[in-house]
Order: sequence, then C-alpha cells, then structure tokens
Amino acid sequence: MIRVERVSQAFGTVGALAGIDLEVGEHEFVAVIGRSGCGKSTLLRLIAGLLTPSAGRISVADEEVTKPRRDVSVMFQRPALLPWRSVLSNVLLPIEICGLGDHRERAHELLALVGLAGFEKRRPHELSGGMQQRVSLCRSLIQSPRVMLMDEPFSALDAITRSELAEELQRVQLELPRAVVFVTHSIDEAVLLADRIVVLSPRPGRIHQIVDVSIPRPRALGQAELDEVSRELRGLLSEVTA
Amino acid sequence: MKALLPVLGLVAIIGLWWLATIVFGIESFLVPSPADVVASFAELPGYLLEQTLVTLWEAVFGFAVSIVVGVPIALLIVGSKIMERMFYPLLVALNAVPKVAIAPIAVVWFGFGIESKVLLVVLVCVFPIVISTASGMKSTPDELAELFRSLDATRGQEFFKLRLRHALPQVFVGLKVAISLAVIGAVIAEFVGARAGLGYVIYTSGASADTSLAFAAMTLLAIISVGLFYGLSYLERKVLPYA
Repeated sequence: MIRVERVSQAFGTVGALAGIDLEVGEHEFVAVIGRSGCGKSTLLRLIAGLLTPSAGRISVADEEVTKPRRDVSVMFQRPALLPWRSVLSNVLLPIEICGLGDHRERAHELLALVGLAGFEKRRPHELSGGMQQRVSLCRSLIQSPRVMLMDEPFSALDAITRSELAEELQRVQLELPRAVVFVTHSIDEAVLLADRIVVLSPRPGRIHQIVDVSIPRPRALGQAELDEVSRELRGLLSEVTA
Repeated sequence: MKALLPVLGLVAIIGLWWLATIVFGIESFLVPSPADVVASFAELPGYLLEQTLVTLWEAVFGFAVSIVVGVPIALLIVGSKIMERMFYPLLVALNAVPKVAIAPIAVVWFGFGIESKVLLVVLVCVFPIVISTASGMKSTPDELAELFRSLDATRGQEFFKLRLRHALPQVFVGLKVAISLAVIGAVIAEFVGARAGLGYVIYTSGASADTSLAFAAMTLLAIISVGLFYGLSYLERKVLPYA
C-alpha cells in the first residue's frame, strides 16, 4: 500500500533522513521507533504529502505522493480539534472538507466504538485529553482511509490513558484493518500494536533494523511474550545512540 | 445588585457635578447643571432625537461598510505575503493621518450629505478591524492548519472554516474598538460640514454659547456610544458563548 524508495530529506544542510526504503502492506501495522530528532515525524509527513522528499520516491496505492491524499489520514500528537465545533461535527470535518455525503450514522458508530456514545453534542473543552484524542481517532477513521498515519498520537497523555488508548487502537485495527504507520517513542506501544517495528538511527535518520512481531492478537500490555521483543528493541535503541 | 452598580456610579457623578455647579456658583454658559441640560433637551426633544438618529445612522452605516471593506483586506493580508508587504505600511500610514485633517477634504469630495460622514467613519474604523482580523487569523494554531492541509482542504476552506472562525474572538475585540471610534468619526465629519446630526448641533450651539444644548447633545452621543458598545458585546456573547 505504501512504498518508500531511497528517500532522503534535508532541511537546508541538515540531513533529516537518508536512504529510507520501506514497504507497508494493505492491512499492515508498522511502528517507527527511535530517539527524538531521528526523523520519525519527517518520514510521516513525507508519506502524508505534507513535505516533498529531497530525493527518492514515495507512493501510496501505486501512485506517487505529490500532495496530501484524501484516502490517507493523519493523526497528530495533539487532538487538533476545532474548539467551536461539537464532537460530532469535528468527526465529520473531513467529510465536509471533501464534500462527501451524509456520514452521520458512521460517525455515531465510530464514536460508540471508542466509547464516546452520548458525547456527540459536547464541545472538545468539555472532554478529557484522552477523550479528545479518541475523537481525533474517529475523525481520522471517518473517511475510511486506506492509510492511517499516526504521529506519536498518545504521547501527550498520562500513562494510564496512554495504555488504555493503545489497547483501544489495537481493537479498532482488528475491526477496521488498514495500513498504519505509527510513529512512537514508546517501546510498549510499538510491541503491542505493530506487525513490524522499524528502528531508526538518528541524524540523519536511517533504518537501523526492522523487527518482526509475530505474537498473535489480541495482545495485552504486560503480556509475557511481549517482553522478549521489548528487550530486543531496547538493545537496538541503545545501539543507535552511539 | 450587580446591575445596580453602574447606575449608582452614574448617579454619584451627576450628583457631584450638580453639587459643584451650586457650591462654586458656576455660570450655566460655562458648565450647565444637570437640570439645565435636561431642560435644554426638554425644549427640543423631537429635534434632538432626530439629530441623534442621523448620527447613529452615519456611525452604524460607516461601521458596516468598515466590516465589509476591512475583513477582505485582512484576508488579503493574511493570504499573501506580497499583498502584506505592499499595502500594510500604507494602511499604517493612512491610520496615522489625523482624521480631522481629512474631514474638510471629505466634504469637498462628497458634499454635506451622509457620504462624507460615512467616509470618515470608515477611515477611523477600518484599521482596528483589519488588524484584529488579520492577527486573529494568523494566530491559528499550526496543528489546525496542518490538519486542514492533510485533508487537502482548499484555501477557501482553510480561510473560512478555520482561520476566520478561529479569529472571531479577536475580530470582536476590533469591532468593539471600532464601534466606539465610529461615533467619534461621524461627529468629526459633522463638525466640518453638515446640516444635521449631533456634531452639527454641538458645533452650532458653540457659536451661540448655548452650552446646555451642547451638553444635551454630548449626553445623547454618550448614550448611543454606550448602547452600540453593549449591543455588540451582547452579540458577541450570543455568537461566542464559550469564549
């Protein structure tokens, strides 16, 4: 679904990414992990079409990415909800922007899926951070994107809410599978969610190693089988620091 | 009790004023007592109300034109760096020109009718509206702008569904500044060349040393200014209940 070929990105003279090759299958969940400043978010923005690569080629569904696509949704670190809109109308924003038909029923279903039934008429400021990020998740699912790009979506939340949301995302991905690139610096989240985990080394960001996670789903945080992969990742991450 | 406090303040000031005119024996052509002012109004209530409506209409009309002109200017400034570089300094310069200096020219151009008054009102009002709208739109959080870009939104959608809507609280700040200036602009224009309006009343009453009449007209001006300001605040609370 996503193909990244020999992509490099530089900002001025600063290299952010160098020679990235990556493929993500149709229903595959790929986590990208690395220290801050290793170009994780840049990679995501490139796939999203928010940036143009300095070198190399990126395609989604066999079409080269030159600008943001409507079948690719992006979820940011912060919920990025419009404060003057209700929860429901925030979820429906992509539909409105793209001029699609009535998706209200689907919006209600998605909100129910993440446990927000009954909150449709609330405004974002009435919700907790975790609930806001759930709304944001619904918004990125509303147009049934083929690709979902998530940029550290839970990093601004407290630890308990984080793990709740990570498990919820796993459920959502099992019910509505799609190609996901999930940028994180949480090893636990990566191991819980991903089919493959890309470890990036910093400055400029290169693929250090790709780890396959073949543990069957649903997985649970703290599950013993996950520990082994976590340990491996921790080792890899300490290698790339040097 | 809270609603009574402004009234109480007003009564106290009027009381002090009245007391001062009596205690110091001030002549009524210098500072009339509140009773003189009321009497002055009572002599010509119909005429004065008519002049009030003239000034009110000039101010409101000019204010409306300022919004119609000012918001698109703000959109241009925010939308294009080139436009901003080209016209923003001119706008600042225009705002720096004393409007009293323009008033006689406005009369030469547009005559004694409402047009010259509206022009002057627009000149004083448009700047705060442009500034507040533009800065409100520019302060849209990056994450929201990026969200719109990731949705492949058009520029129009980004402006109207996001930036302008985000700017609304700040737009109201500008509107409230502008509405107070609108009445002043109308009065300045009336001073220079008019046949009606409260500014005209004040100007002519000065010539005949009818200070009480001038005070009555000023009181009416104050009333319309306050009325317009609070009307706008009311509208703001209706439109932005959560702000």
